[in-house]
Amino acid sequence: MATYKLNVNGQPREVTVDPSTPLLWVLREDLKMTGTKFGCGISACGACTVHLDGIATRSCIVPISHVGDRPITTIEGIGSDAVGRAVQSAWVETDVVQCGYCQSGQIMAAVALLKATSKPTDENIEESMGGNLCRCGTYPRIRQAIKTAAAQLTKGAA
Amino acid sequence: MIASLRAKDRAELNRRGFLRVSFAAAGGLFVSLYLDREATHTALAQEGNPQPPPQQSPKNFPPDAFVNIRPDGKIVIQVNRLEFGQGVHTGLPLVLADEMDADWNNVIAQLAPAADVYKDPLFGIQMVGGSGSIAHSFQQYRELGAKTRAMLVAAAADRWQTTPDKCRTEAGVVHGPAGQSATYAELAGEAARKPVPASVRLKNSSEFRLVGKRVKRLDRSAKCDGSLKFGLDLDLPGMKVAVVAHPPVFGARVKNINDEEARNVPGVLNIFEIPLAKGTGVAVVAERFWAAKQARSLLQIDWDLAGIEPADSAELWTTYRQLGRTPGNMAATQGDPAAIDKIAPSNRLVAEYEFPFLAHSPMEPLNTTVRFDGERAEAWAGSQFQTFDQAAIAEVLGLKPEQVTFHTEMAGGGFGRRAVTDSHVQREAATIAKRLRGTPVKLVWTREDDVQGGYYRPMHFHRVEIGVEADGLPTAWRHVVVGQSLLADTPFASFLIKNGVDQTAVEGAADTHYAIPNFHVSVHHPKVNVPVLWWRSVGHTHTAFVMETLIDELATRARMDPIAYRRKLLKPEAKKLLRVLDVLDQASAGWRNKLVRGHALGVSCHECFGTGVACAVDVSIENKRPKIHRATIAVDCGLAVNPLSVESQFQAGLSFGLTQLMAKGAITLKNGRVEQRNFDGYAPPYIMDAPAAVDVHIVPSTEAPTGCGEPPVPVISPAVVNALARLTGKRYRTLPLTSI
Amino acid sequence: MRRIRAGVSVSVVVVAVVLWLNAFAGANASDPPTTAQGLAAWHQIYSVLTSPRCINCHTATDYPQQGDDRHRHIANIVRGPEGKGVPGLNCSGCHQETNADSTGVPGAHNWHLAPLSMRWQDTNDQPLSSAAVCRAVTDRSRNNNLDGPSLLKHNEEEPLVKWAWNPGRHPDGTMRTLPPLSHEEFVAATRRWVEAGTPCPPEK
Repeated sequence: MATYKLNVNGQPREVTVDPSTPLLWVLREDLKMTGTKFGCGISACGACTVHLDGIATRSCIVPISHVGDRPITTIEGIGSDAVGRAVQSAWVETDVVQCGYCQSGQIMAAVALLKATSKPTDENIEESMGGNLCRCGTYPRIRQAIKTAAAQLTKGAA
Repeated sequence: MIASLRAKDRAELNRRGFLRVSFAAAGGLFVSLYLDREATHTALAQEGNPQPPPQQSPKNFPPDAFVNIRPDGKIVIQVNRLEFGQGVHTGLPLVLADEMDADWNNVIAQLAPAADVYKDPLFGIQMVGGSGSIAHSFQQYRELGAKTRAMLVAAAADRWQTTPDKCRTEAGVVHGPAGQSATYAELAGEAARKPVPASVRLKNSSEFRLVGKRVKRLDRSAKCDGSLKFGLDLDLPGMKVAVVAHPPVFGARVKNINDEEARNVPGVLNIFEIPLAKGTGVAVVAERFWAAKQARSLLQIDWDLAGIEPADSAELWTTYRQLGRTPGNMAATQGDPAAIDKIAPSNRLVAEYEFPFLAHSPMEPLNTTVRFDGERAEAWAGSQFQTFDQAAIAEVLGLKPEQVTFHTEMAGGGFGRRAVTDSHVQREAATIAKRLRGTPVKLVWTREDDVQGGYYRPMHFHRVEIGVEADGLPTAWRHVVVGQSLLADTPFASFLIKNGVDQTAVEGAADTHYAIPNFHVSVHHPKVNVPVLWWRSVGHTHTAFVMETLIDELATRARMDPIAYRRKLLKPEAKKLLRVLDVLDQASAGWRNKLVRGHALGVSCHECFGTGVACAVDVSIENKRPKIHRATIAVDCGLAVNPLSVESQFQAGLSFGLTQLMAKGAITLKNGRVEQRNFDGYAPPYIMDAPAAVDVHIVPSTEAPTGCGEPPVPVISPAVVNALARLTGKRYRTLPLTSI
Repeated sequence: MRRIRAGVSVSVVVVAVVLWLNAFAGANASDPPTTAQGLAAWHQIYSVLTSPRCINCHTATDYPQQGDDRHRHIANIVRGPEGKGVPGLNCSGCHQETNADSTGVPGAHNWHLAPLSMRWQDTNDQPLSSAAVCRAVTDRSRNNNLDGPSLLKHNEEEPLVKWAWNPGRHPDGTMRTLPPLSHEEFVAATRRWVEAGTPCPPEK
């Protein structure tokens, strides 16, 4: 067991856990933040996506010992800036979700895309969202919501 | 009997939920219309108040079990089945709210716990499946809403000394003839004392404010900010987490456990053998999931495989092919079963199809939490089969079902995986909870447990011989299906397996709407040591593929347009299919005859669970995989209760259906062991595998609503493969598509 | 007088013997390896470059590979414009600075794909011939302008190269398979090859 000082959504948090514990399980069970989901445990589905120092990261495969002092942003905190808000708002307006279990990860990936590319093409969307699984199949509405968010952000910036 | 209430409701009502009166600070009388009639009767009788006996008849669903008008004006509606993506959490409440004239902005939906009153009116068990939520409960929820409204109006009429017919309702307010008004919350107490009307007038469709409109999901915000809790997110004080080591071959038993290393993992509490639905396994209980998982991986278990049949896909194919070339138990017969033999070989088409096992793999891994205190138990699970699951937990714990409070949690997908008559996951959880008496324990299945744990859509083999007339239409059709029976050894067997035919294996073929004069379908149900289960759209997953690819092949042979050919061959009674073909024709006219080079059209149509669907896709081949640029869907589901939900189901359900075509869309077994472990070996569709755009066209209808949960699935794979056939000239009869 | 003349004679003989011996020693130490020896060394280098730990990131496609069977990387990971993935799916998002053995994900500083100019496979994921790989590695317009000594330094010191010999473990504790030579042998072979003038086998 070891103690780690973490920066989660701008808040300092401290946990004492086995160093091999993936960040996902520290978030869910030690910090009780269940918005980040467990889907596969092998980084194949993206349900566990968080941002680590601004980079979209699959938290199920990053041991807590590898995190260091890099700021962690989860779905619970992604709405703290304009891009996060625009994506969440577009998701809600477009009625994207079905079961919703994958959507935290989808939103985290979409935010990463829109922060890097303000006018993503269909190809950009397929490439950046191509690692996030949705068993319900909400993909067409995800595409729509990303375009809506992009348009919203462009309008806002204009 | 209300088995359980949410925490805030518990603050207002005691466990049995009889009528409570609370005085608001302002001195008014606010009562929550949420009571258990029987208990109320008993309680009030005990207090010396004579009350008429409660009206309990099986068809008379008491509104108070479904509607709670809170003093703050919120209207809490209980949903009698699991929400797992299909949208029932919004769909049924909107029906009730419409008839009730509630203010939709004040509606809160909750998933009802397991209780008799929440059983499906048609099937008599609390369940979700067969695309039956709206179909079976539409009328029920309409009546509940209308009755509640009637009671509120009766209360208002009394208050204003007028008659109900002089009052009207709108958005949660009753208006009287002389300008009086009262909110539902204000009237709730008096309304609760009114008798529940035996019958009510329901709205004309022109009066609907919500039904038939595009209503967005009630749960959408909470699913976008991480706040909505699924079963796996449950956290209780003192809760432990458990995982189970399952046998590598179905039904094997533990022979020896070496758990020395496992016990050394910090946080591990207990390791012990448990019985499973078949065979035995080893439970590992720990403070946290990671510790449990680590410890399990350190277990060294010797398994006893004596007498266990090791299923092997290659061997099964050999057996299935042999069986498929002999007649089976008759499922459908019309005309002369030997007619095909009299047709010249050059006019015959013979095709054999192979479909592998498929895992449902909902995104949220299976889980159940149970707490057993010796006399009562509480369970939480995203269950599609609450009645069965509650009873199973009770059985394991030596309780009666009503001694188990069973909470229905929001589920991350299901597709049938959460509807298991043997309740094996719940039984595992209850077994562990029994050992840990007093401590709540959350049982978690990892993705590996899920992919390797069985309960697959069964393997199927089809052999079809078709005799074709000069006009290109089939005159003889002899069809043999081979596949495990889903219903054997379940409570459904006695009435859904007749003459050795499990309906779920032949639906979509045996009951085809195509008019074929000599039509014969038979089936073999081999017994295989692999647990099997539905998979969204069940028999239609494979029968529709066979039917729609063969019909398309016949159309090509006859040099007819695929839509025109189907129109010609369908029976005139196939109204829904004929309608959707018409709508598809119009809706796709703009693009389907203008495809660019390298693109091809694929068409299919299929009816299942009462809903008719036609599909047209624009497909090209990119990087050796089918790329679906567009799908146009026409659907006839009777009255579309929530057209937005219908649209979403079809846009998304097509993607689910495409699992069947994915290169790694198969579960295979070798010497009894499942060869895939996780999404690396069993890879469902990602965004680039799904249609890039889907336009959905709903046939306007006032007929009774039929479901949309499963109907999207059967049409997409044959449509795509029909397009591929035009591009490559090949026929694709073995799934998954590992190469094109 | 006779004693001094004898000493000089012995010295001459000793010097002659030493010079003669040096000539032999020079063939092993100071003379550069022959082309044949250089090609033999290249053959060894090629066996390392085409082993999974190396070739999996030297693809000709828009995706990396993984595993000893060199299958396409899961989750549709793509190359991206700079070989570092795409927004939302950057290589470094999952591949951290060091291996994560408990979760089975390898890691090293600046994890990314070799540029397409340094592809060692064809677009059907088949390894290129020894001649083709040698050409790619020695073509300064494609290999980031590395000359012989720089190639040696690259093989000796580049973290991503060295990672191949410390590739981390699977979650079950088993180590990923190593290249067919040790790192020391690989470096030594590289040195011989460089000293031989980085000869490439002829195209067949």
